[in-house]
Amino acid sequence: MANKKTIIVFSGDLDKAMAAFIIATGAAAMGDEVTMFFTFWGLNILRKAKKVQVKKDFLERMFGFMMPRGPEKLGLSKMNFGGLGAKMMRYIMKRKNVNTLTELMENARALGVRIIACTMSMDVMGIKKEELIDGIDYAGVATYLGEADEANVNLFI
Amino acid sequence: MAEIKIDAKCLQCPGPIVQLFNAVKSAQSGDVIVVEATDRGFYKDVQAWCKKTGNELLSLEDGDVIVARVKKA
Repeated sequence: MANKKTIIVFSGDLDKAMAAFIIATGAAAMGDEVTMFFTFWGLNILRKAKKVQVKKDFLERMFGFMMPRGPEKLGLSKMNFGGLGAKMMRYIMKRKNVNTLTELMENARALGVRIIACTMSMDVMGIKKEELIDGIDYAGVATYLGEADEANVNLFI
Repeated sequence: MAEIKIDAKCLQCPGPIVQLFNAVKSAQSGDVIVVEATDRGFYKDVQAWCKKTGNELLSLEDGDVIVARVKKA
């Protein structure tokens, strides 16, 4: 029987993002409908790797500059050591044949996992639609709650 | 009834169940999908997957390579 799963991705750490996408992909492979709602630091996972020219004020530009652009730039939630830990983790995972976060995201989307970016967080952090990957939805808390009402698993990562 | 072989060796979680899901999706009812995997979690995962999706687990062998035979419902 197909169910629904919802995942709130609040964190922008490599390890947490991977956990979120592994669960999302697994659930989709079990035949479930999955919605991932990205808010605050989680939005960085959805950023394009390349810098996109958009109009921003000073603070928004600072925010954009300080935060990682996309899955390849994320750090670890523990033992990051200024990015060295994340580098080491990526190396180990490659050696052990674990999918990269980018691949996990592609797989999840190929299986129909729905991605929603929180528009309020985008506004606060000065992130524009043009800076995020294509083919995602934009919505607020009511959309997430509506999905969560119909889901039997809801995670906050 | 066709038999479809899936080589999911060396794939880490959730690779093998994603491969199985895709194979079952494109198979005909009654077809048997044989999955070979090296991910240790797959032994339990394939049982949970079959229970959840309603496809029949015909046989399951443990070892260095885990072999599962799944019949599409």
